Amino acid sequence: MSVPTRTERETDLLRTETAPVRRTLPPWVPYAVLAAAIAVGGAAALAGVSAGLGAVLTVVLYAACVVTVSRLVEGPRKAKDRVVTTVVTSAFLLALVPLISVLATVISRGTARMDVEFFSFSMRGVVGEGGGVYHAITGTLMITGLATLISVPVGMLCGVYLVEYARGKLAAVITFFVDVMTGIPSIVAGLFAYALFALILGPGVRMGVMGAVALSVLMIPVVVRSTEEMLKLVPNELREAAYALAVPKWRMILKVVIPTALAGIATGVTLAIARVIGETAPLLVTVGITQSVNLNPFDGRMATLPVSAYYQYVNPGVPPDPALDRAWAAALLLIIIVMALNLVARLISRRFAPEAGG
Amino acid sequence: MAKHIQVKDLDIYYDEFLAVQGVSMTIEPRSVTALIGPSGCGKSTFLRSLNRMHELVPKAKVEGQVAINGRDIYGNNVDPVDIRSEIGMVFQRPNPFPTMSIYENVAAGIRLTGARMKRSEIDDLVERSLRSANLWNEVKDRLHKPGGGISGGQQQRLCIARAIAVDPAVLLMDEPCSALDPISTQAIEDLINDLKPDYTIVIVTHNMQQAARVSDTTGFFNLADVGQPGRLIEMDTTAKIFSAPREQATEDYITGRFG
Repeated sequence: MSVPTRTERETDLLRTETAPVRRTLPPWVPYAVLAAAIAVGGAAALAGVSAGLGAVLTVVLYAACVVTVSRLVEGPRKAKDRVVTTVVTSAFLLALVPLISVLATVISRGTARMDVEFFSFSMRGVVGEGGGVYHAITGTLMITGLATLISVPVGMLCGVYLVEYARGKLAAVITFFVDVMTGIPSIVAGLFAYALFALILGPGVRMGVMGAVALSVLMIPVVVRSTEEMLKLVPNELREAAYALAVPKWRMILKVVIPTALAGIATGVTLAIARVIGETAPLLVTVGITQSVNLNPFDGRMATLPVSAYYQYVNPGVPPDPALDRAWAAALLLIIIVMALNLVARLISRRFAPEAGG
Repeated sequence: MAKHIQVKDLDIYYDEFLAVQGVSMTIEPRSVTALIGPSGCGKSTFLRSLNRMHELVPKAKVEGQVAINGRDIYGNNVDPVDIRSEIGMVFQRPNPFPTMSIYENVAAGIRLTGARMKRSEIDDLVERSLRSANLWNEVKDRLHKPGGGISGGQQQRLCIARAIAVDPAVLLMDEPCSALDPISTQAIEDLINDLKPDYTIVIVTHNMQQAARVSDTTGFFNLADVGQPGRLIEMDTTAKIFSAPREQATEDYITGRFG
């Protein structure tokens, strides 16, 4: 290989054409501008403008200054980049605001009652201080468990039908209605369950299983969708391989397709549980509330965490503070449960995914 | 064990589209038959109609006769599952079951069909099949590792072991080496030679040297034009097809003067 040689003139040309003086802002400049903007915004907030307005002022001021400086020093292309960076970052921070605010409030106010009594006592005969949510924890676990028991078989079988058996129009119609059902308002699901049981057992009936039915109306579409998506991801080659081994279709689905997709389906189910465990409205309609432990979901009212938090807040009694503390603690407990379920979902999808490497 | 296949006036459709027309051929037991031809001429479609895999495509259908040892596989009372238990198939891309270990993959044909067998018998069967597939020495120490964790060539031999574990009479191979490197291809071709005394093998291949190396008989498929059905142009001993074909189209194709 010969090394290409350049004449001096060519080298000169290259230098002038491809290496213009590139001026960039020193990295500390945006931070300095940000600090100044925060100072101005903070001052405005202290001077009596609301904190929100101060924050907006800070962002606008920062964006304007950085863009102007960048345009003067670095040129329009870099300036655009800085505009977009600012927009994206502030959108991200804006999205974080409610999340962090909720978490901070619930944690700061909920930890006060995170004691042994809270987890081991019901509200039976409790007026004022003390009491706990043992009855609501058992109720929530039982109702959500029952809802899962109803939703998983129905949803999974429906998903299997859609992917493995359904052809043409019917499948399209079912998929469409499943999508519609995912958006159903939860109170409607509650009223449906109430109406269903009222038709059979007469009006005024309250049972844990009614809540489970209401929740499963909300859960089934989520399970169907996640099963469907996961089964679609199973390569067709595996189905053909099973067929070629003279495996009947139902065994092929049971032994090859579902095990391959199981991690994804389990993740979907866990997320669906997390989605419904905090539902309040349908349980308010169907299960109601009680102060004592009820372990029979087929007889009478049951307490659940969201509904009991709601009632502590609506009917706090006098003085109201112990009830409000219990409400915050119940809310914190719900958030912890949902977070734990999400972690479980991640663990499942990591642990049980089909292994490619050996 | 090996069986003889007789195909008569076979037309294969995808819905209304006639994909393959008027194929008649006789495939001898204990022989290797190669099917060659340009892409889209219906070789794979034809192959899949031999074990009733073609009808898994919605609205696909077949007219004509395919008889295995004289029994029409498209007869009224024939269960496709029975047919497939007699005819094994190996696909273009290795497709071991990802949730199963190497051992379970080989035993899949037994376990998935629900057949009862003693543990020791299955152990024997797995070893025998892996030995037949020339894979035993490479995997005997990691039989319980995932089937997807071995190399592509090994996976393909695993799939062959899985196919022969159910003791089929016929083995269909749909471009079994097209996703493999030359060394793995060599291994598979050696394996085909080793399996020949016991099975009837039909192999679809795009690689004409491969057809010349492994097969006794070669069938050349072609289609007149895009949208026209594919036909079996010529079928004869491999030596004849590659030295003195009767048809001009065959000669053009094997000498690379095509199109």
